[in-house]
Amino acid sequence: MKFSWLRVYSWLYLVFLFAPVFLLPLFAFNEGTIIAFPLQGFSLRWFAALLDNQSLHEAVGNSLTIAVTVAVASTALGIFAARAATRYDFRGKGAMIGLIMLPLVMPEVILAVALLVVFLQIALPLGMVAIILGHILVCTPFCIAILNGAFLSLDKSLEEAAYDLGETRMSTFRLIILPLVMPGIISSLLIAFIISLDEFIMAFFVGGTTVTLPIYIFSQLRFPAGLPVIMALGTILVCLSILLLSIAEYFRRRGVARTGAKDTGGFL
Amino acid sequence: MTVVPDAKPMIEIRDVHKYYGDYHALRGIDAVINAGEFFSLLGPSGCGKTTLLRTIAGFEDISSGAILIDGKDMHEVPANQRPTNMVFQSYAIFPHLTVEQNVGFGLRRDPRPAAEKAKAVAEALAMVGLTGFGARAAHALSGGQRQRVALARALILKPKVLLLDEPLSALDKKMRETMQEELIKLQRQVGITFILVTHDQEEALVMSDRIAVMFEGEIAQLDDPETLYRRPNSRRVAEFIGVMNFVPGKVLSESGGTIELDVQGLGRCAIAASQAPAGGKPTGETSVGFRPETLTILYEGQTAGDRECQGTIAEVVYYGDMTYYDVKLDGVEEPVRLSMRNVPGRPVLDLGARTRIAWSPGALVLFR
Amino acid sequence: MADGARAGRFTRSQAFSGYVMISPPFLYAVLMLGAPLVAVIVLSFLTDGSGGQRIIPEFTTANYAEAWADPLNRLLWMRSVFVSLMVTLATVILAFPIAYYISFVVRPEKKSLWLFLITIPFWTSYLIRVFLWKVILGYSGVVNSALLGLGIIDEPLQWINYNVGAVILTLAHAYAPFAILPIFVALEKIDRSLLEAGQDLGESKAMTFLRVTLPLAMPGVIGATLIVFIPTVGDYVTPQLVGGPEGRLIANMIQLQFLKLDNYPLGSAISVTTMVIVGVISLLFLLANRRFLRGQR
Repeated sequence: MKFSWLRVYSWLYLVFLFAPVFLLPLFAFNEGTIIAFPLQGFSLRWFAALLDNQSLHEAVGNSLTIAVTVAVASTALGIFAARAATRYDFRGKGAMIGLIMLPLVMPEVILAVALLVVFLQIALPLGMVAIILGHILVCTPFCIAILNGAFLSLDKSLEEAAYDLGETRMSTFRLIILPLVMPGIISSLLIAFIISLDEFIMAFFVGGTTVTLPIYIFSQLRFPAGLPVIMALGTILVCLSILLLSIAEYFRRRGVARTGAKDTGGFL
Repeated sequence: MTVVPDAKPMIEIRDVHKYYGDYHALRGIDAVINAGEFFSLLGPSGCGKTTLLRTIAGFEDISSGAILIDGKDMHEVPANQRPTNMVFQSYAIFPHLTVEQNVGFGLRRDPRPAAEKAKAVAEALAMVGLTGFGARAAHALSGGQRQRVALARALILKPKVLLLDEPLSALDKKMRETMQEELIKLQRQVGITFILVTHDQEEALVMSDRIAVMFEGEIAQLDDPETLYRRPNSRRVAEFIGVMNFVPGKVLSESGGTIELDVQGLGRCAIAASQAPAGGKPTGETSVGFRPETLTILYEGQTAGDRECQGTIAEVVYYGDMTYYDVKLDGVEEPVRLSMRNVPGRPVLDLGARTRIAWSPGALVLFR
Repeated sequence: MADGARAGRFTRSQAFSGYVMISPPFLYAVLMLGAPLVAVIVLSFLTDGSGGQRIIPEFTTANYAEAWADPLNRLLWMRSVFVSLMVTLATVILAFPIAYYISFVVRPEKKSLWLFLITIPFWTSYLIRVFLWKVILGYSGVVNSALLGLGIIDEPLQWINYNVGAVILTLAHAYAPFAILPIFVALEKIDRSLLEAGQDLGESKAMTFLRVTLPLAMPGVIGATLIVFIPTVGDYVTPQLVGGPEGRLIANMIQLQFLKLDNYPLGSAISVTTMVIVGVISLLFLLANRRFLRGQR
């Protein structure tokens, strides 16, 4: 490997990106209660503390419920949108897709505020349902981005061939389309799940008294005593995210290999 | 490649029009395709040949007119219920299935027992020369292999008509020539009607019993290859199929099936009325066409009487078995193409050489 | 009969299927995004009620007058735009070399691995990441401990945390992948033979980069700029956690008006103004760079 400034820069950049992440396990396993150097010995007591914490468990339960619901709903909406975008042509298509993808480029606080206004206006109680609705709004564009790729690589003549050979539209979907976009669907589910799990602002604004995991973490950040436990929690979350992402990546690659398509690298 | 005289019509296309919005893609197509024929739709990109094929298959609706397959009107009959099967340009092999599963895909709803279906699959694979490939993953095949799988998959269902959409365009030259021969053999073996769409006129000439040449949504001429080649009914068809020379000519008189002609650079002659454009009385100035191989270079000792003319060699292109000359005939502005087979005793001429050339009145075609 | 036939043809047609397909997500977006945004705009023109009443349905522009007159709001807007611009500048400039590296230097089989690695930090909890930057930059944080330990300083640095600089650094870290990916995609699309042709004609590597690579990558750079700029203007968590009193941004004010002070009309006016500011800046940016976006369809 020859030396080059670009290579050095890139590796340094990776270090910069991962710097905060590396700190998590350092302090999670640290004996001391203050999040600062020097470290004070190895300990698992913060992880143990996680197990006793009732309000944490409640927050985790809420977040999981929300995340699973959001993952399924956003993926479903994403399948509709991606299929419409890649397979059909109709007037106003660009504008409609633009509106659906708009949350990607809007400041989240504005989205949260707008939903808050409407929910109050129609007397929808703030809480789980409100959070779920808000998260679906935010996650669907990501799902569409992933599913778009999956549907694009689907050759239109495959569907026509199945039809030509005697299948109906439904059975064509089941036998041909679904298996071929399945890796994309799985990636979409996992990504939506992760996004919902980590989402703070929307939940903060429209959640009412419901506590999600990020809200719990935010509330704890004020209390120095509670910080090491948060470190432990964060470590677990990071590992979970990496695990889920690796699974998503595995399925993405398998999907590419199965159809013999070219690997363009990443979800985009 | 002769046409069966009492051919039974398999597909009747009656005054079919198709619009995409305002775009008039098919403008009044009328054609009858016979059972057991190898029929081609030939034309440049955008002429509507693939559109026509897809309307026969049922993937596109027609705006007006009728399509009948084996006597039955296909109006309101969806693609998955028509007695046709299609080989797609991209082959459309299901990548997540094996070769066997691909070929047997259309048999899914067939009530026969599994053992019989497996036998049918094996036979279909044997027919296309892919015995033993059954367990192969579909995405691991070469282009030529994919095409055979597509053929097997379509033919196993014993359709009345097999539709092929530019099946050879994605193959390299050697593979294409091999597959051309194989398709011809396959068609004879199976005996059903094949309809092939292609933009390659050589391919159409080699494989077809009859060809419909299409331009801009209309059929320009529908004939067997030889008639198309020797008696094209328009300049456009003449130029699309093979190479054709055009020189100015004058009609001197016309009576009872014979036309007196004076052709620039060649001479005077009498031709039959069938050599003139269909349905038009040729008078006065006209364009005379003839193929390169209908001119012959006369060597020492050879004569052709009043069928001789003179010219100068302007260009020589040597192909090994053939030589193509550009010849500037005396009295004609533009050089004409002349092709000669290279055999012993007929040396390749040099640039600038003067030569005598024999021509054939029976090979002339008049155009408007 | 003709109309029935045409209707029948339409319902079987492509366009109809397309509309059917897109209606669930589209209707959801109209209900959950379009309608709420309209509501916010409408609300910004209504009067705030005091005491028991929340909102008085009386048209007024007083909210905007109040919002724009308040020097704190103006300061927050300017600071927010400034911070966003700084973040965008830093992020995009830092992102370009690594996008270039992955696209041009890394071997094809390793590319998705690099992209995967780059996106991992993004998928971990944003809150915790921001907090960790607090830890890194804090009084007894990583940077200070390290510098003290190495003897470079005698006392912990105060100025690296709880200010605008900390906000900029933290946001630049958070939005890095958003900048890298669009630039990477644009670089990947560049036909390598174009670059080779330039070299073949005698250009130096630097010239090829400036005259061919960079202009062709501009759509990606523009995309990256917008993807970073627009959301960062409205970021709430980072200024809240590491901004200190002088690092607050406009989103914190919006939160204040809505959740603490209960003044929805005023909060809406601030929100709408913020969106307009962001929109105008983005449009100006796009117009200034439109020559790079032509011919991209």
